[in-house]
Amino acid sequence: MMNKTTLIITLLVLLTACSPPGGSGRGDDPRVAPNPDPFPSTYRPLPSETMLIRGATIFTGDGGRIDDGDLLVRDGKIAELGQNLVLPDGAMEIDASGKWLTPGIIDTHSHLGVYASPGVAAQSDGNEATAPVTAEVWAEHSVNPKDPGFAAALAGGVTSMQILPGSANLIGGRSVTVKNVPSRTTQGMKFPGAPYGLKMACGENPKRVYGAERQLAPSTGMGNVAGYRAAWIEASAYNEAWQDYLSDKSDEKPVRDLKLETLAGVLNGEILVHNHCYRADEMATMIDIAKEFGYSIASFHHAVEAYKVADLLAENNICASMWADWWGFKIEAYDGVRENIALVDKAGGCAIVHSDSSSGIQRLNQEAAKVIAAANRNGIPVLEEQAMRWLTENPAKALGIDDQTGTLAAGKNADLVIWDGNPFSVYSHAENVFVDGALVYDRNDPARQPRSDFLLGIMEIDGEIR
Amino acid sequence: MRARKNYFAASLLLCSVLPGVAYAEALIITGARIHTMSDQGTLSDATVLVENGRIVAVGNNVDIPDGATLIDGSGRVVTPGFFDAYSYFGVAEISLIEQTVDVFQSDDRFTASFELGDVINPRSTLIPINRIEGVTRAMVAPHSRSTPEPGASPITGLGTVIHLGSTENFIVARNSALFVELGETGAALSGGSRANTLLLLREALQDARDLAANRSQYDQGARRPYRLGRLDLEVLISALNGQIPLVASVHRASDIEAALRLADEFGIRLIINGGAEAWVVAEKLSLAQVPVILDPLNNLPRSFESLGSTLENSARLEAAGVTVAFSSGNSHNSRNMKQAAGVAVANGLDYEAALKGLTINPARMYGVDEKYGTIAPGMDADLVVWSGDPLEVTTFADMVLIKGRLIPMVSRSTLLFERYKELGGELPPAYRN
Repeated sequence: MMNKTTLIITLLVLLTACSPPGGSGRGDDPRVAPNPDPFPSTYRPLPSETMLIRGATIFTGDGGRIDDGDLLVRDGKIAELGQNLVLPDGAMEIDASGKWLTPGIIDTHSHLGVYASPGVAAQSDGNEATAPVTAEVWAEHSVNPKDPGFAAALAGGVTSMQILPGSANLIGGRSVTVKNVPSRTTQGMKFPGAPYGLKMACGENPKRVYGAERQLAPSTGMGNVAGYRAAWIEASAYNEAWQDYLSDKSDEKPVRDLKLETLAGVLNGEILVHNHCYRADEMATMIDIAKEFGYSIASFHHAVEAYKVADLLAENNICASMWADWWGFKIEAYDGVRENIALVDKAGGCAIVHSDSSSGIQRLNQEAAKVIAAANRNGIPVLEEQAMRWLTENPAKALGIDDQTGTLAAGKNADLVIWDGNPFSVYSHAENVFVDGALVYDRNDPARQPRSDFLLGIMEIDGEIR
Repeated sequence: MRARKNYFAASLLLCSVLPGVAYAEALIITGARIHTMSDQGTLSDATVLVENGRIVAVGNNVDIPDGATLIDGSGRVVTPGFFDAYSYFGVAEISLIEQTVDVFQSDDRFTASFELGDVINPRSTLIPINRIEGVTRAMVAPHSRSTPEPGASPITGLGTVIHLGSTENFIVARNSALFVELGETGAALSGGSRANTLLLLREALQDARDLAANRSQYDQGARRPYRLGRLDLEVLISALNGQIPLVASVHRASDIEAALRLADEFGIRLIINGGAEAWVVAEKLSLAQVPVILDPLNNLPRSFESLGSTLENSARLEAAGVTVAFSSGNSHNSRNMKQAAGVAVANGLDYEAALKGLTINPARMYGVDEKYGTIAPGMDADLVVWSGDPLEVTTFADMVLIKGRLIPMVSRSTLLFERYKELGGELPPAYRN
């Protein structure tokens, strides 16, 4: 009889191989799919201890609120949540009375690392703008973990984020979801178990970059759509060829193609689609394309006109990652309204506050606050604890990491922020930030404030600290 | 929450009392916390009386004239309307549609004399969107493209101060400041090196000085040729005379120091715009009484000229005695300047100093403080009644007056919201409002 470890290993091998047992009985190499994880996460949680956070106003991230609440962290996980919890022997106690406790904020749309500061040409790594479909590129290979923006985002309470390629291309490549912890390598930040995302872009950007600037396809909206569909047709055939090969229906081993491999990952449901799309009508078109080829869209991004099709997004279970108030920088962003996020929420949709900005990511809580205020004053009642979902639970869902983070519930990772005041105030600061129970940022302790290598010795000509 | 209810009450009141009335003859706001931005300081439970577009009285004992429209300001806060110290209101509608953008140019026939006053579109959709959230004044300034084009000059031209309250007579001070680009952008616009920019400016200022001293010879064609045209030199002369300030967009500490030397050499009134590293040279700026326009949110080393960016920039400058004003650099969302000022306060800036940075400080910088910037008798009635602390992100403008005109709380954005706030119905949304 197999012991437990052997059994697990066997199961893992079978899962990785995507190949039924006994499927390779001809004595040649076993039929295995390409390794889906050639750049595995090397993230290890920083040291943490058992701790009880006491007496906070808790927004649980799933719409709940506990006044004078306690939260117990053990082994990097949330162990218990409630009122008047008992302090376990040897546990540390943190007095959070008068403070707020929330899940760590999650940004579905960041370009930190791929457009690192300083934003010089040599660090402009976000758009592989050499062809309209570059599904073969992976954002993680552009991420510079020395971007000082990561630490700034951490000071704003952001514990996880998706780093995306830019929007020059119809299909821009793979995203990577990371934990916002300092690391020498990108692999050291990668969120274990997080699915990959695929960046797609509607609208003006691909048309401008290829049509207007280079006289190449696409140059129109219809050119954009033809481009997506052509890519999915190719990917469907590739996917089928691999499925046939792996299931012994065919003996012809397909030639590996990085571009189509990523697209096939979407068709198999392993990779989540994140679709930059401003206009309501274009979102509707993208929904139909997804249906045509049998994939689903995890989130539209920017979605300045999401409020016009909030019902459609809710029906199709597609999140919208939005700004609070950006508008007008291009015509597809001309119809911005302050209540966009709240209207998507009200329709029963999955509303998310995203940043797309190294500045905005530092204040996603304030961006949500502006929406709360705009909505309430215009007859859409929104409670603060409900709005917290826009920052934590919903982005976790869109990134496929909601089984691990995004809400305060027993068993979830202890990704936490203690705020020195109501997080929906301009005056409040993230005071302590925890990732997997480890204190990764302390506003009152410079020794717990990560700082990029880049900044050392630049403003301190005589070696003085800050 | 209480303030919100008051808001609805107030709007109903105004709607019933003032249907379509643009200029209330006499309007009085009572019971409010009033930040006068003057020596009167901040008044609690105070009253401000407006007549014929002007503030007539402010204080705790103001007589209420018969027939005045009464606004209950209890629980609310009143400030002057906010001032964006570096904007593109009316000269850029949709940033990526170049036909709507008049804010930069690349025709080297004109530099200092490039002026925007006649091309400002007061019907721009940016204006209602921002004024209903409390922005009432702005410096409309020439800008520079992020990637400079051949022919563009580091001397970008003249800015004009406007108010956002009307499509008529909206210009407050035409051609009231001269703008130049130094640092990385200036270098890109003048031959590749920062040294080129400084040389170019020195030469232009020397020529202007020469022209001012030798006008008759110039008119007779008996003066050496100047690189710039007559109109450009005339503008530089007004900067040399101290009639208008020179606003230098510049970030790096050493570039700011170079600007200070240049200003000192020619006796020019200097304003620093951007100033990411201004805090590094705060004492020098203070000594030279040079104010700084900045975006408080700028805290990342986005370029090699802004390595010292910090959220504490405005606090450190203010502590050193430097006058600070604000701009987001993004006029589509000038309404968010108040949030940025709030972030500055959260990072050490004195609260009153933050409000001054949004009101009286930019007014003084541009010489338009005689009629705007404080809540005091005789001043233009640019008043905002806020639902609470104006720097707080959850606070809104309940009522906005610009030169006494009660601003309709309507914008393209509010109309879109009204059209789409309820989906469904028999007819498509296109039939609504």
